[in-house]
Amino acid sequence: MTQKVVVVGAGVVGAACAFHAASAGMDVTVVDRGPVGGGTTSRGEGNVLLSDKEPGPELDLARLSRALWDEAAGELGPDTLEFEPKGGLVVASTAEGLAELRAFAARQEAAGVRAEPVDRVHDLEPHLAPGVPGGVLYPQDAQVQPVLAAAALLRAAVRHGARFRNGEVAAGVTGPDGRITGVRTAAGGVLPADAVVNAAGTWGGEVGRRLGAPVEVLPRRGFVLVTEPLPPMVRHKVYSADYVANVASSDAGLETSCVVEGTRGGTVLIGASRERVGFDTTMNPAVVARLAAQACRLFPFLRDVHLIRAYRGFRPYCPDHLPVVGPDPRVPGVFHACGHEGAGIGLAPGTGALVTAHLLGRPWRGADPAAHTGLLPDRFLTSKGASE
Amino acid sequence: MSEQGDLIVVGAGPAGLSAAAAALAGGLRVVLVDSGTTVGGQYWRHPPEHARAAIRTDDLHHRLREYRALADALSAARTAGRLDLRTAHHVWSAVREDGGFAVHAADRREAPAETLVVLRAPRLLVATGAYDRQLPFPGWDLPGVLTIGGLQALLKGGGVTAGGRVALGGTGPFLLPVAAGLAARGAEVVAVCEAASPLAWLRHPGPLLRNPGKWAEGAGYALALARHRVRVRPRTAIVRAEGDDRVTAVRIASLAADGSPRPGTERRVEVDAVGVGWGFAPQLDLLVPLGCELTAAEDGNAVVAVDDGQRTTVPGLYAAGEVCGVGGAPLAVAEGRLAAESVLADAGAAPVPGDPAVRAERLAAARTTVARQRAFARAMALAHPLPAAWSEWLTDETVVCRCEEVTAGAVRAACADGGAPDHRQVKQLTRAGMGWCQGRMCGPAVHCLAARGRPYVPAERLVATPVTLGALAGLDEMEEQ
Repeated sequence: MTQKVVVVGAGVVGAACAFHAASAGMDVTVVDRGPVGGGTTSRGEGNVLLSDKEPGPELDLARLSRALWDEAAGELGPDTLEFEPKGGLVVASTAEGLAELRAFAARQEAAGVRAEPVDRVHDLEPHLAPGVPGGVLYPQDAQVQPVLAAAALLRAAVRHGARFRNGEVAAGVTGPDGRITGVRTAAGGVLPADAVVNAAGTWGGEVGRRLGAPVEVLPRRGFVLVTEPLPPMVRHKVYSADYVANVASSDAGLETSCVVEGTRGGTVLIGASRERVGFDTTMNPAVVARLAAQACRLFPFLRDVHLIRAYRGFRPYCPDHLPVVGPDPRVPGVFHACGHEGAGIGLAPGTGALVTAHLLGRPWRGADPAAHTGLLPDRFLTSKGASE
Repeated sequence: MSEQGDLIVVGAGPAGLSAAAAALAGGLRVVLVDSGTTVGGQYWRHPPEHARAAIRTDDLHHRLREYRALADALSAARTAGRLDLRTAHHVWSAVREDGGFAVHAADRREAPAETLVVLRAPRLLVATGAYDRQLPFPGWDLPGVLTIGGLQALLKGGGVTAGGRVALGGTGPFLLPVAAGLAARGAEVVAVCEAASPLAWLRHPGPLLRNPGKWAEGAGYALALARHRVRVRPRTAIVRAEGDDRVTAVRIASLAADGSPRPGTERRVEVDAVGVGWGFAPQLDLLVPLGCELTAAEDGNAVVAVDDGQRTTVPGLYAAGEVCGVGGAPLAVAEGRLAAESVLADAGAAPVPGDPAVRAERLAAARTTVARQRAFARAMALAHPLPAAWSEWLTDETVVCRCEEVTAGAVRAACADGGAPDHRQVKQLTRAGMGWCQGRMCGPAVHCLAARGRPYVPAERLVATPVTLGALAGLDEMEEQ
């Protein structure tokens, strides 16, 4: 019998879960209270990065995901996603920083990432500030337009028979054996399901709670700046080596280390700050100024360029900064696929394939559950018990 | 943090001027910020100081005595050191900070150089006005097609007519002073296309009868237009502009009851300039990120919700003028006055010298004016709606978002195939509203195409006006020290 799967969340992760599960022949319904990609998906830069990840469970998922982005671009058409395999260039500002960066890159290379030391960074990025001592090129880093990518994945899922429902999930429905049998929506209806995937991103903690399987997913605020449209000036994703330290950091205060890149629309994106301030939506001009200052230090030409927009979003993060992907042992049939922090766009197809493999009970498109045990929800339940 | 005053007023049009003058009269120290080089806003726009003797514009204005009284009051307060007047300051962000407000502005007095400044005060009054609401039509992006507000700004700011043969179109009484002003400066106004029917007013005659001033103003324009043989054509619209490098002609059609062009009525009129306006969109860029509650106005716009003392739902934040609902200068002046009185009361300001009975009388008069003018504005909005079927003028190729060159066909596809329920999602899927103007121009139109019937809530814009990254970097260095 066809497995009925309800995916909660139509962000890029939910859309990727729906795409892979529907491709595998499952009967998929995606539920979201908003439009496709309306949450954190619409607030990011579209990073598909290997360069910022240390060897470990997240990098393993990122490598799988990177291959699946290529596949998705082939299947859906690169233009529908604005997929650009432009490569990332990480630069150091001091000789000491460069040595650290190169050592980090060597470890990544040993884990299967392509990383090429670069001495003449200005050959790759002519407008970089003078005096940059060197960097590392990561040819696999890429970019997508996240909402277009989520919409394209969801459309492809629908072509494979999936449905998209507007609505909010109020609670899980379980059978006498404790197994999930469906979800109740806020409107009162019940969507029957053999399995429910929690792909609610920053709201994954709340959706998990409603399904009886709470996980700790917290918001980390970020601002992204957008400049006026320009002729192409920045060719890669360019960022300073400090970014890696900030991505992995647990510091509560403000951290900024900018990533600068051009887009197809001609605008330059400058991201991103990291603040743990809950769901506080307030504008913070000091953060915007700090990002601008850092971007100008990397690319001095930006001093005369106008900022036309800033937007902010809330990255969903778990306490150990790893996503939570896999079955929840407390409520059979509930699968988590959230907590990707700032890497959700890049990790989406890998997550979708991995969730599908969990649902099938066998590997799917290169995703083998046995190879990604570090992401299972069990890690929170065994070490310190359920987080709520 | 040091504070520059007791109150910051953003916007020096009728509402902001009136509010600043009343707050100063009440003894407060006021910072008045405006992007213009002189005070007056759009309504009382004047040529630059150095050109005023050469370019006479008094005859284009109304209520100049009121303007001069307000400007004189401000000058006196400035001399006395109680008014910090910041012209040519463009506010790019306003945030709450330590129980008060920080207003971030780009000082462009030495443009193109700009310096970012931060102004702080415990209370903030936003009176940023409104701008022309535009509906796209084929050819609207040709050079020579302007907004009627743009035509008016050229007239009042420089005595300039945008063309020699001008057609105006849209809806609302603002068409009349612009037509009269153009005619007075020698332009031939070949058509004034008013989409609404004059009979619509008959459904709400009360507010018109209770506002004889409006009646007299309308009669004045009618006389002026008759003198120049300018005819207002009700129930017509400019449905197309034509030309290669710039506009050379428009197509005018009669409208059916739903606003769709009546077949066979189209005619071609040669012009060298066009002005279009479909009412106004309130300028809410500073207010939305501050978290003010909004409410729906009759003209289809979301506006700031205020109490009867012009207080927004954010403590310490006040709003006056068109941001609270488009209603014209007399309403704005009265609202500015009420807002200032609330600021004085909430700040616990010491009573000012003078006869309290006279003050109470003035306040009561302001309240009466606000009530009466708001009723008039509501009736005006109902009598001059956006034509329900306006989008029938669009072809799939008509550009809707000019900055990113997104066509009506692309917007329609995003709604129909992409399931976009609002202008925000249309933007994500098509880039409409992602360019230079950030949807200020196309937002209302995209909203109408995506979600007609709901009030237009503009996109949240955390950056209210473009600023250079270099200036922002300077701000960062300043804050670090």
